[in-house]
Amino acid sequence: MNAPITAAHLPLTDAQAERLRTLVGELSPAQLLWVSGYLAAHAQHGGDVPATPAATAAGALTVLYGSQSGNGAKLARRLAELAQARGLAVTLTSTADYKPVRLRDERTLALIVSTHGEGEPPDSARELHEYLHGRKAPRLESLRYAVLALGDSSYQFYCQTGKDFDAAFEKQGAQRLFERVDCDIDYDDAAAAWMEQLLGRVGSAPAVRATPALTPVGGGMQYDKRNPYQAEVLENIVLNGRGSDKETRHIELAVPGLSYTPGDALGVLAQNDPRLVDELLSVLDLSAEAPVSVGGVTLPLAQALTGHLEITALTRPFLAGWAALAGADRLTALLADGNEAALRAFLDGRQIIDVVQEFALPGLEADAFVGLLRRLPPRLYSLASSLAASPDEAHVTVAAVRYHSHGRARAGVASTWLADRVQPGDTVPVFIEANENFRLPADPQVPAIMIGPGTGVAPFRAFLQEREVQGATGQNWLFFGDRHFHTDFLYQTDWQGWLKDGLLTRMDVAFSRDQARKVYVQDRLRERGGELYAWLQSGAHVYVCGDATAMAADVHAALRDIVAAEGGLGAEAAEEYLRELARTRRYQRDIY
Amino acid sequence: MNAPDPKTLNDVEQIKARSRHLRGTIADGLVDPLTGAIAPDDNAVLKFHGSYQQDDRDLREERRRQKLEPAYQFMIRVRLPGGECTPAQWLALDDIAGAHANGTLRLTTRQTFQFHGIRKPHFKPAMQAIHAAGLDTIAACGDVNRNVLASANPYRSPLHAAAGALARAVSEHLLPRTNAYAEIWLDAPAVDPGTEVEPVYGPLYLPRKFKIGIAVPPDNDVDVYAQDLSFIAVEDGGQLVGWNVLVGGGMGMTHGEKATYPRLADVLGFCTPEQALAVAEQVVCVQRDFGDRTNRRHARLKYTIDDRGVDWFKAELENRLGFALAPARPFAFERNTDAFGWHEGPDGRWHYTLFVENGRVADRGARRLRTGLREIARVHRGLFALTNNQNVTIAGVEAARRAAIATLIDEYGLEREASRLRQNAMACVAMPSCALAMAESERYLPDLITRLDGVIDACGLADTPITLRMTGCPNGCARPYIAEIGLVGKAPGKYNLYLGAGFHGQRLGKLYRENIGEDAIVEALTPLLERYASERQADEHFGDFLVRAGVVPAVAAGRQFHD
Ligand code: SRM
Ligand SMILES: Cc1cc2nc3c(=O)[nH]c(=O)nc-3n(C[C@H](O)[C@H](O)[C@H](O)COP(=O)(O)OP(=O)(O)OC[C@H]3O[C@@H](n4cnc5c(N)ncnc54)[C@H](O)[C@@H]3O)c2cc1C
Ligand SMILES: Cc1cc2nc3c(=O)[nH]c(=O)nc-3n(C[C@H](O)[C@H](O)[C@H](O)COP(=O)(O)O)c2cc1C
Ligand code: SF4
Repeated sequence: MNAPITAAHLPLTDAQAERLRTLVGELSPAQLLWVSGYLAAHAQHGGDVPATPAATAAGALTVLYGSQSGNGAKLARRLAELAQARGLAVTLTSTADYKPVRLRDERTLALIVSTHGEGEPPDSARELHEYLHGRKAPRLESLRYAVLALGDSSYQFYCQTGKDFDAAFEKQGAQRLFERVDCDIDYDDAAAAWMEQLLGRVGSAPAVRATPALTPVGGGMQYDKRNPYQAEVLENIVLNGRGSDKETRHIELAVPGLSYTPGDALGVLAQNDPRLVDELLSVLDLSAEAPVSVGGVTLPLAQALTGHLEITALTRPFLAGWAALAGADRLTALLADGNEAALRAFLDGRQIIDVVQEFALPGLEADAFVGLLRRLPPRLYSLASSLAASPDEAHVTVAAVRYHSHGRARAGVASTWLADRVQPGDTVPVFIEANENFRLPADPQVPAIMIGPGTGVAPFRAFLQEREVQGATGQNWLFFGDRHFHTDFLYQTDWQGWLKDGLLTRMDVAFSRDQARKVYVQDRLRERGGELYAWLQSGAHVYVCGDATAMAADVHAALRDIVAAEGGLGAEAAEEYLRELARTRRYQRDIY
Repeated sequence: MNAPDPKTLNDVEQIKARSRHLRGTIADGLVDPLTGAIAPDDNAVLKFHGSYQQDDRDLREERRRQKLEPAYQFMIRVRLPGGECTPAQWLALDDIAGAHANGTLRLTTRQTFQFHGIRKPHFKPAMQAIHAAGLDTIAACGDVNRNVLASANPYRSPLHAAAGALARAVSEHLLPRTNAYAEIWLDAPAVDPGTEVEPVYGPLYLPRKFKIGIAVPPDNDVDVYAQDLSFIAVEDGGQLVGWNVLVGGGMGMTHGEKATYPRLADVLGFCTPEQALAVAEQVVCVQRDFGDRTNRRHARLKYTIDDRGVDWFKAELENRLGFALAPARPFAFERNTDAFGWHEGPDGRWHYTLFVENGRVADRGARRLRTGLREIARVHRGLFALTNNQNVTIAGVEAARRAAIATLIDEYGLEREASRLRQNAMACVAMPSCALAMAESERYLPDLITRLDGVIDACGLADTPITLRMTGCPNGCARPYIAEIGLVGKAPGKYNLYLGAGFHGQRLGKLYRENIGEDAIVEALTPLLERYASERQADEHFGDFLVRAGVVPAVAAGRQFHD
């Protein structure tokens, strides 16, 4: 990857080559990518990329307000009217409806915000406030802004939220148009003066031509499971509300070096639970430090067991190997031809630890044990974000696997590693697993029916984010299900927002355990058979994601029955209808 | 009269106008499976049905991060004129609390029950169960006449019985007539809203809430000075001869807005028992026609009267009544608190008034209020009479059955050792259910009192009644501005301290310290209580003392509250 820079194959002077060498040596992969794009843009635009990108044409103003009891809202409306009267193009938005990532695209922003609680933002502005103060805060070099802070000087933290925003904008590189104004309860005069000042400034801004994009060109570096990308964890939260018996995590990673498309999955290289490693070492009476060789590299045993080898899933080859080494007749018998049923019963719910405990093998060498184990495979998680909407980020939705069997609490390797032992700030080795068979319609006008109960809903969040940014006009219909409405409605507020602004045309939900009779997504599909068939006939694509063991088949059967009933077809003809949909890539599934 | 100009009507008036006589789209909202809420505009309409949409504020921030909508839930308030219910009704309400709400009953400062924490799927079943118990929630909230108060316990005297009867009559008379309630909650066949008429209210109902209370001296437990309209029983030889009429009281204000203030009612005159219903109706009608429909913070009757004058109001009222009110008769109140424990009534029946801290009927440790009251309801043959101080009287116990009730009171630990300060104190609901709370109240006041009790004991004031009321915001739901010590929330952990109000609610308190925390509250009160203990005159109340000592000026009128 680090091709040497020599003047021989570069059109540079020695001194230039030296400076470039030094710079390249200092840069991280992500920075390199960015610089490559930046330089390309430079070349395209004749070397005229401003150091500090200036504002766009005068006359465009975003008036953003965060208000709890309506004072700020009132002022914002007044400002918008005044600005409009002066011929400015004004966008008036409450922080309640404002997606924080939009900040990146703002050029001139007037923020009116009050302070509540004890120096806290109004409820609706909390998200934006948190965003600007968190690790995801974007650089805002191309933003010019002014802040009007509302407050009450009888409080200790007077106009604190306005101060916070002002400072955060400045910190992120934005340019303050003029000093913030703090208003007390009697805010009218001060607010009016602020508005005048603002309109004076904004009206007179010089027109500047649009700056070229500074986003990198080209795909850049290839990461895979051998060469994973070290992604910083930005957020790791439980999506299930209190009282839920489920634990579904929403994890956000910083992936400025990765590129992906909605429908792709994220490969995660997890670590085994160190407590399980310790337990294995003690049962086997092996030293953590014992050197072992994994894929030609020598490592201490504990490290190999934690990060490189699968030490949970019980496979037939392991069992055979162990039976031979331990001379365990019972195991050997289970492996014999004709005993498949008994073997299956034995394997059910058992893991490596159960076998090594039950069939003791004193004096086992570390290398011999390692020889029985396979490499820890990466786990895949559907990407729940779109780069277009969440630049440089990858979101995944992970259900923590926990269960009891044979008297032990068991934990899924990757899902509980992510849930229990990975915190914001940590890095996680990841790569993109592309999936060309799970893609939005190429035509943005084509309707999409998305069926994703449980974590199966993850890619549809990515789809909708993508379609929102695209401005795709195709209708979208989402089916979701889980256990309880109150606690398990994954990404509820995201869907509600998209329903409100019309991106999501409709949504049907099935919460299985909220009533005596269990209902699932397939029941909802059947209830909506007529309309669903009409969507199909109008060219809709159907996507199914999630559980492969039961859900996918039940949904398939429901679709077939709907096609049969609504289209007046026999069962086989209905199957053929679905096969044809699949052939034309209008019926796509991502099931696991 | 003010014909409201549709362009200047405030948002809520517009929603009412569009609501098709209080239907809105509530019925659709109830079955929307994607949210635990109803449509935003319907929130204003829902109030008229006796319910508020709320959310569990303890979880708000957590759920926001979890990308879950707020934990929406509904509060339901029962209409219970005069605060009376039968033991069977108590049991039914208790069942509803367990099956549909958060497992508690909340007795309010207006003599009724509230349920909290009802999730949407439980909402309609709960409303139907209330109906099945022979009760309803119509007009328990909203811009209409609210639950009508009466001095607690009809068995106490014929005057109390008359007060209760008038409360019921006024409540019935002023009920909205729309069929919306029956349609939405009880699956009644739909009536064309275009054919409906609201004889008293008209299509927009009132500009704001409207509150009526009926008191029997010497108890001012209904706090007549805080009501839009109140009646004070006037007797002659134990017989009711009529009512003194008061108008224009109210508590609510907004921090930092001096145009809003608590105000005490003015005495208007006297009416006969036969005239009372007409007086109530016409007071409502004057407010209907003259109340401010442009600004909800200026829409209560108290502002209508301050804007135009009491004399104008009296003339307008008498003009509509077609008769003049007689001059008010003398009356005297002694207290606005409850008398706890056993009391014998004139008919030989017994009444036990139980202290329910801040009105919350719940099982907590050894004090199993909810279970105990339930067990009493199973055997009790009289009534339950809710008081205006969030307590309950087990009323009308035959002498022979007193011991059985007393045994249950003991068994469930219902009688609680509590200081006088605690017994006479009230706190509004506030966190986590009240959307308007700025600070804790119900959950916090008990701890503050524990600290203040130490000061009071040290001053030797343990036997001196002092009224203390706390609210989580300036709306004043526990009527704090007429408590000798009023604490009004301003921010988490911070309160404004008001002092100098009259012991039976006859004078407003005055702001003494602003935006202070617990230590500062205790520090501010300690020297004043010490001085009071040593300098007070015989039978002088704390509030009166503070005014006489010049610690705070007497507030002569609501308009001077902020001066
Ligand atoms: C339950 C109760 C307090 C209690 O601890 O018992 C209460 C609770 C609430 N009151 Fe109240 N008020 C209660 C008696 C009062 C009183 C006392 C009285 O009427 O004697 C007052 C002061 C008198 C007055 O009306 O001025 C009162 C003045 C208010 C106000 C201010 C009204 C105003 O004109 O300024 C509001 C807010 C509003 O209406 O905008 C309010 C609003 C509320 C709401 C519904 C909050 C809201 O609008 O979102 C509270 C629900 C809290 C909850 O979670 O339960 N409540 N409220 C009382 C129920 C009474 C009843 O059964 O009907
Ligand atoms: C394309 C693709 C996309 C995916 N997307 C997602 C996604 O978006 N979100 C998501 O959460 N997962 C997703 N998965 C599944 C994910 O990759 C992992 O398989 C899952 O997280 C479990 O991994 P783990 O390491 O935690 O558990 P493992 O250590 O692999 O353990 C899982 C195994 O435990 C056993 N087991 C589990 N439960 C029980 C039980 N109750 N009783 C007995 N044995 C049991 C089973 O043998 C199971 O295979 C996806 C998979 C694929 C292939
Ligand atoms: C509960 C509450 C807490 C408040 N806390 C503060 C505070 O800490 N600092 C401050 O400057 N103002 C505080 N205020 C005052 C508000 O910021 C002020 O009323 C402002 O005008 C409200 O504007 P809005 O209606 O747009 O929300 C508080 C107001 C309330 C109601
Ligand atoms: S006083 Fe304020 S905080 Fe308390 S219940 Fe009333 S509205 Fe809520």
